Amino acid sequence: MRPLLAAATARRVLLQLRHDPRTIAMMLVVPSVMMILLRYVVSNPLLLNRVGPEYIGVFPFVIMFIVAAITTQRERARGTLERLMAMPLGKLDLLAGYALAFGLMACVQVTLVLVISLAWLGVTLPGSAVPMAVIAVLDAILGMSSGLFASAFARTEFQAVQFMPAFVLPQALLGGLVVPRAQMTDVLRWLSDVLPLSYAVDAMQRITTASSWTDAIVGDVAVILAFTVAALVGGALTLRRQTR
Amino acid sequence: MTSAEERGGPGPVIAGHALAVRRGGQVILDDLTFSVGRGQVTGLLGPSGCGKTTLMRVLVGVQVITAGSATVLGHPAGHPRLRDRVGYATQSPAVYTDLTLGENLAYFGTVLGLRGRRLGEAIAQTIARLDLGGLERRLVGTFSGGQLARVGLAVALLGRPDLLILDEPTVGLDPVLRRDLWELFHELAAAGTSLLVSSHVMDEAARCDILLFMRQGRFLAKAPPAEILTQTGAPDLESAFLTLATRAPETAAR
Repeated sequence: MRPLLAAATARRVLLQLRHDPRTIAMMLVVPSVMMILLRYVVSNPLLLNRVGPEYIGVFPFVIMFIVAAITTQRERARGTLERLMAMPLGKLDLLAGYALAFGLMACVQVTLVLVISLAWLGVTLPGSAVPMAVIAVLDAILGMSSGLFASAFARTEFQAVQFMPAFVLPQALLGGLVVPRAQMTDVLRWLSDVLPLSYAVDAMQRITTASSWTDAIVGDVAVILAFTVAALVGGALTLRRQTR
Repeated sequence: MTSAEERGGPGPVIAGHALAVRRGGQVILDDLTFSVGRGQVTGLLGPSGCGKTTLMRVLVGVQVITAGSATVLGHPAGHPRLRDRVGYATQSPAVYTDLTLGENLAYFGTVLGLRGRRLGEAIAQTIARLDLGGLERRLVGTFSGGQLARVGLAVALLGRPDLLILDEPTVGLDPVLRRDLWELFHELAAAGTSLLVSSHVMDEAARCDILLFMRQGRFLAKAPPAEILTQTGAPDLESAFLTLATRAPETAAR
């Protein structure tokens, strides 16, 4: 991997976003608006404190998934991917560039939603907000790499959009957002155990009761990172220089 | 100026040997053996769907070869060392419509290994060559069809490649622009660049140094335009193509 080419790619992706202010606004504002809505839907401060952080982990995941899936699908459909693959650009340079650009966007997105949640909506944490921010950004990067990987299976932008509910909604249902994972039947819990979003939700739940990194949280983070790497490797394998 | 040796050594710029591509049981390229000379504009002429694009994709290394081989500048087609020496322009411009012209060229130039002043010079020269001056800060998505086609070419030219592979670069453009582009192609060839240019419009054939007539994945003829006219006794290249197309396929030129 050549860092300079990855940085150039990240810069290019961010420039594309800059020419599309509405997309930037949606990426940054939607998670915060959803948190504000959640605050008034839940209205009970104790309950908000329990479920709020779970959603702080999930919204960036969902948004990064869809943005990454569409961007990559476009790159394939418009021929720019083929052009790049005929040029001296490594697949890892391209993937790292994407990860860097969307990772930066995720940092801004998460900072905004955390500031609003903690300073205004009344979500409280026993310790510092840093672990929660780190986990939320990792969730966003997991969403991004899953989106990159999923886009390989989408032939059209329309399919890429549909992957979002197909990929994300089952994970949200099984991840403990609706019913705690401990209360699920065995089969459902096994299913939930192999889905990455479950660990994102678990980690966010644990952080609300722990004042710093516990072993369980570190374990969740390790699983999230492992899924991210697996999705990026899958993405690299599905980026073909040559087609049949 | 680089010497002929540095531009890929002696011998042909492109050579195919029993090259075949099949896709889903369908023969796209059928046992092609051919060569393309250096410093010339070679025209790849044939109807839509005859395999021109597939052949060009083989040469830039993005198409899997079923059988045979293709050599480009002395390396197997698609070799990593070719990636900054072969410029490729697809039929659709394949650039970022949500970036400005300058941003597109800066990104692709960086990918091609150009940095700092060399990058700036290459961008300025390419913009001047393709008459895109004054458009650097405009979004490519707002360009006219002719401007957009030239952006695609600009990216192919940017790295000053030894070989340019251009897929239907002039199709659908206005006559003045087409004339200017053909002049540019010959200027580049005179400076030592080799060009393979495809078209399905026969009135472009006369502008090439050498013609490769292609039909249904095979070559019908390979010769300068004047020679093809003498061989077939046809009044123009369009009739010559038809004459060759109705002949038995065994007479296909090597």
